[in-house]
Amino acid sequence: MSECLLAVERVSLTFGGVQVIRDVSFDILKGEIRAIIGPNGAGKTSMLNVINGLYQPQRGAIVLKGVRYDRLRPRDAATNGVARTFQNIALFKGMTTLDNIMSGRILKMHANLLWQLVHYGPARAEEIRHRQLVEKIIDFLEIQHIRKVVVGKLPYGLQKRVELGRALAAEPDLLLLDEPMAGMNLEEKEDMSRFILDVNGQFGTTIALIEHDMRVVMDLSSRIVVLDHGEKIADGTPEQVRVNQAVINSYLGVAR
Amino acid sequence: MRPEIFSVPGHSEGPAEDTFPKLLRRNARIFAERTAMREKDLGIWQTWTWTDVSDRVRALAAGFAELGVVRGDRVAIIGDNRPRLYWSICAVQMLGAIPVPVYQDAVAPEMAFVLQHAEATVAVVENQEQVDKVLEIRGAGTNIRHIVYDDARGLKNCREHDVVSLDSVESAGRAMLQRDDSRILWLEGEIDLGRGGDIAVILYTSGTTDRPKGVVLTNSGNIWAAHAAKLFDSLTEKEEVLAYLPMAWIGDHMFSYAQWLVIGYCVNCPESRDTVVENRREIGPTYVFAPPRVYENLLTLTMVRMQDASWLKRTMFDYFLGVARRCGEAILDVRPVAILDRLRYWLGSIFVYGPLKSRYGLSRIRVGYTAGEAIGPEIFSFYRSLGLNLKQLYGQTEAAVYITNQPDGEIFPDTVGRPLPGIEVRIDETGEVLYRSPGIFREYFNNPEATAASKTRDGWVRSGDAGLVDQHGHLKIIDRFKDVGRLADGSLFPPKYIENKLKFFPNIKEAVAFGDGRDYVACFINIDLIAVGSWAERNGVVYGSYQELAADARVYDMIKDHVAQVNRELAAEPRVAACQIRRFLVLPKELDADDGEVTRTSKVRRGFVTERYAPLIEALYDPGRRNQQIRIGVTFEDGRKGLLEGEVQIAEMPADLAKGALREAAE
Repeated sequence: MSECLLAVERVSLTFGGVQVIRDVSFDILKGEIRAIIGPNGAGKTSMLNVINGLYQPQRGAIVLKGVRYDRLRPRDAATNGVARTFQNIALFKGMTTLDNIMSGRILKMHANLLWQLVHYGPARAEEIRHRQLVEKIIDFLEIQHIRKVVVGKLPYGLQKRVELGRALAAEPDLLLLDEPMAGMNLEEKEDMSRFILDVNGQFGTTIALIEHDMRVVMDLSSRIVVLDHGEKIADGTPEQVRVNQAVINSYLGVAR
Repeated sequence: MRPEIFSVPGHSEGPAEDTFPKLLRRNARIFAERTAMREKDLGIWQTWTWTDVSDRVRALAAGFAELGVVRGDRVAIIGDNRPRLYWSICAVQMLGAIPVPVYQDAVAPEMAFVLQHAEATVAVVENQEQVDKVLEIRGAGTNIRHIVYDDARGLKNCREHDVVSLDSVESAGRAMLQRDDSRILWLEGEIDLGRGGDIAVILYTSGTTDRPKGVVLTNSGNIWAAHAAKLFDSLTEKEEVLAYLPMAWIGDHMFSYAQWLVIGYCVNCPESRDTVVENRREIGPTYVFAPPRVYENLLTLTMVRMQDASWLKRTMFDYFLGVARRCGEAILDVRPVAILDRLRYWLGSIFVYGPLKSRYGLSRIRVGYTAGEAIGPEIFSFYRSLGLNLKQLYGQTEAAVYITNQPDGEIFPDTVGRPLPGIEVRIDETGEVLYRSPGIFREYFNNPEATAASKTRDGWVRSGDAGLVDQHGHLKIIDRFKDVGRLADGSLFPPKYIENKLKFFPNIKEAVAFGDGRDYVACFINIDLIAVGSWAERNGVVYGSYQELAADARVYDMIKDHVAQVNRELAAEPRVAACQIRRFLVLPKELDADDGEVTRTSKVRRGFVTERYAPLIEALYDPGRRNQQIRIGVTFEDGRKGLLEGEVQIAEMPADLAKGALREAAE
């Protein structure tokens, strides 16, 4: 069994009186594609927000690379190699594809403001190094033709790809994808699936994703966590989840 | 009576080297550190000198030898224009084996046919997509032993034992050559063993009629043709060329490979298929070769964008385009032009023509060719009036491209020029064009019947085109020989001629005319989604799909205007006045190569289309019908099949106009 990259330990999250996540535990192993599924309002996105420190749970902890955090802050997550994309694209619409992806390198830039202003010496060498990596990502995602296009002008499917590119620019160990295929047509979905598999296969990046398209989830992921009303109702391989009675009930409804 | 032979005297000796690998050896010697090839990769133009290329090709050749490739083997080359695929062609030739470039967007069954027919044993492919395709068809009648890929992306976990990377082939070859000097001598010996008469390449013609045929071209033939073109346009090693057309097309093989080695200029490979326009702009090629479609697309793009431009820009654009139309071509051909017009044209160059050419990377062009199909005279004149030395040539795969070219200063939009020195052309009794030259193909691979049908005993090749030679001694192609028909009343019916007139309108992407043996001409129209889509946006026409847009009544009205315009033009020419279009319909889907309706080079497969849309054609000739139900299968881009259903409207052109115009023309 490969080592555990991240573990969620008995996490509970409430907003005021609303219990969003109730005592949920699961782990994400290094190198796997882990899916989190569940009906609307099950707490999937909240779970992702807990994992990258956007929300702090009232109870429970996150264990990231063997370190236990009771209060994980976004910066801790980011510096420890967690990157993510959002359900509703959060790119800089007025900037180009290139600049957007470059912005994903921000935590890795070390030259101080002064050096960057004169753009000479170490700052320049550093920028060239970052640009090389970003170009590899552009090549990888096949978006060379929109390198210098302002992101706001791009169709939705391409914006999603740029967002993935920005997350990849952080060279993450763990990539969190929040509905990477929402609103895409079949062809775009197939492209995106291929990119996700390639990211996982080529760079060995661990991926945790939320997705509604069951076919995609079953094909891509190695293990699936199923949430319903904030509780974990199943956890296992696609085959196990497919036949799990609790999952069938929550997804299809059950005659009472 | 013996038919007259047209030819132009004069021809000088070609290079001393009689094979392409020998030419590479020569180039590494005489051009050494000059740039031979570039490719944009990771945002930067990567450069290889002739020395680099020679070194890489040798390593690849040794690597292929390690894979077991021997003299006479056929090696398929499948992919977009990547430097290493061009080098692989040369490496394969070095061993005396035969490269067979295959259209990279061919669907699996098409590819299977070629691989099987060519009896290819190794496939050198660009990426995972092609690997998957070849794996899918391997076994089924094909005999592919090894699949070699260029781009490792997505293939890291491929466990098929005989799928290897070009990297590993190249390094195995390099290791072999470094092991001891005898291997280097062995490879030089392999190069020396090559002869001019050896097969250089087999190119499968896309075949508008039936199954593709493998055209066998020799080293000496291709080198002769490349050299003849070099002399004709005084091309030098300083030219810059962009390689972006399918490698399996003779045009690309000649311009990006044969002439690259014969002339020694620099070939540039774009970053991806989607970046061609941008990359062309960065490189600024001096010598271009493109089918009319490329020029049509650029023009459509320009016109569409100008529609959305501000009032000032549009007015300026229209004004200076008018100036160019009036005197641009005369200035290009160095004919006398009024001083005031020269001044206006000069201003136009600053404000419109220059920026426009620069936008599309056409600023540095010395010679540009259009070939593959007839280009609309209006499109042709448009580019020439901007000061681009665009010329037409008439060529075929079987002739290693060159049959006739337009010489500088003798450009007539409706002819394709004179035979190149050394090429003979004649028109036989039936009106078919025949040609003979040292550059012609040897045979169709494994297809003696086809060879016998197209090559005469004394070395003439039947072009399959109907043509005539005009008073200037220029060849004029009328249509595919077998397509030229007669209307029921006996008047001439050249479908292509009519279709080309229609296709000039940016809104019309494709047209198919019918009329052979019929009472009148009717046609199918394919709208251009970019142009008509932009028009729809500006005019508030709402549509959910191509099919819906194609069926819109206002789109029909617009097309009707275009057809009326074409009818007026046809009426003005007595020879084709009877061919005015009486009824037409707009097809609910784009004619597509994946459905077999057009070839991979976008030529309409007339016979197939006629069969497939038989109910629609019937309706066109049934005066009572106003619409027709249709139900046809379609193939999506990912290879899945679907069904398209709907009702197609039939538009009627006023019959009296046709008669009236006819009378007018007769007077």
